[in-house]
Amino acid sequence: MNKLLEVDNLSIGFTQYFKGLKQRKLNVISDLTIDLYENEILAVLGSSGSGKSLLAHGILGILPPNAEVNGLMYYKNEELTDELKEKLRGNTISLIPQSVNYLNPLMKIKYQAIGYIEDESLKNEKLKKQEEIFERYNLDKTVGDMYPHQLSGGMARKVLISTALLNNPKIIIADEPTPGLDKKSVDETITDLIDLKDKGVSVILITHDIDTAIKTSDRIAILYLGYIIEVTETKNFKYNNENLLHPYTKALFNALPENGFKLTNGHQPSYLNIPKGCPYQDNCEYKTDKCLKKVPPLVKIGTSLVRCYYPIIN
Amino acid sequence: METLKAEHISFGYNSKNMVLNDINFTMDNSMILGLFGDSGSGKSTFCKILTGFIDSYKGNVLLNNKSIENGFNPIQLIYQHPEKIMNPRWNMGDILKESWNPSEKILNEFGIKREWFNRYPSELSGGELQRFSILRALNPKTKFIIADEITTMLDAVTQVQIWDSLLKYAKKYNIGVLVVSHDDKLLNKITDRTILLDDLNKQ
Repeated sequence: MNKLLEVDNLSIGFTQYFKGLKQRKLNVISDLTIDLYENEILAVLGSSGSGKSLLAHGILGILPPNAEVNGLMYYKNEELTDELKEKLRGNTISLIPQSVNYLNPLMKIKYQAIGYIEDESLKNEKLKKQEEIFERYNLDKTVGDMYPHQLSGGMARKVLISTALLNNPKIIIADEPTPGLDKKSVDETITDLIDLKDKGVSVILITHDIDTAIKTSDRIAILYLGYIIEVTETKNFKYNNENLLHPYTKALFNALPENGFKLTNGHQPSYLNIPKGCPYQDNCEYKTDKCLKKVPPLVKIGTSLVRCYYPIIN
Repeated sequence: METLKAEHISFGYNSKNMVLNDINFTMDNSMILGLFGDSGSGKSTFCKILTGFIDSYKGNVLLNNKSIENGFNPIQLIYQHPEKIMNPRWNMGDILKESWNPSEKILNEFGIKREWFNRYPSELSGGELQRFSILRALNPKTKFIIADEITTMLDAVTQVQIWDSLLKYAKKYNIGVLVVSHDDKLLNKITDRTILLDDLNKQ
């Protein structure tokens, strides 16, 4: 399988003001390394507020100007420069944003779906295509003439998906498509994502909903305090925790209500207090002095990648 | 035994659409009760009515068959977003002590470190903040906790930690807990019994 996208040691930080003129630096993403292959769904799993959306915005090149970004990204082995990002976004790589809040409230849906096009004939062509795609997602013809506030939650989600599909993208980044949805809508979203993969689109699913990740993805990358700590095949999450290697990933599996709701002590610190050394040291029962001094590198073990000096291998 | 009762509760944000229709509900302080419903079914609205954050409803909320008196409300609400219900200019110590001053032992049981007391809400993680928000609600005068999706935004590991501390405390001090969630697996795991809001709601 061909590698479509590669993200190497991406870090994103912000300098912010607090209490007047004092400054502090917030490292929201410290080391994010993932790759995406053709025809796969990769889930990036992290708790809410962990800066997962920044990954999406980083790949698309739409981060705010005060963000400090380091690391390299490649699309089909070509370095993803700012120029290339601008060329690809909305065409080859598109985003399914979190909510309708990303839509312009004063603009009809159909004009937002196609984007700004000056040429009349090109515009009409695009509108025709938009109607076709809306129809495929069972959206009524009248939806195109509606404004965002007239959409129900389920309709809005379909509008966002079909908009993302309009330019035949190769990669779709779906940013938290499920929170706040009820069970039926979540199931529909899961079907939609698998359907995208069947159409030959690769998906990066950014989520904190582990259930949705397990039901849709081929691989899961686990984000902890801004570090990718493990990338594993989704099947390793399904029956038992034997093939999960990082202590946090194991704890996460055991903590699910259906897997025993097991208690692990410790707590996930804030981004202002990321420890030196391994990010998981506060909670880890296997830690040694080595873990407190230096961040472990991401190493390959079997088909998994893991960031731990003492991975748990059964 | 303490009982929390809601009688004939009806409420709508506008007169055309009633969210809640003639709801009757009872629980006592020995229970960990689950309340399940789809998004938009009125779960959060019902929570706000039980805890006095909405007061323009029809019907009665009764504690031990008496209406709720002014002053500290023994029925406390915990929200999904702790950062939205804390004064960003107060430090965590002041935020907690506005309600009460828990002992070192209780702080430990909730995994709260004293060094966090000097920090501001924006300097703690979501899980750390939620611990404060829960402990603040567990004032000794509290009889019932209404927990509205309090771990939805946290990872599974933190979710277990939060529920473990809260439910142990509630059992020990006889506080009734209403666990409101759309996660049926979670409700099955931690509650004695779960009711459906749609079953209570007469449409």
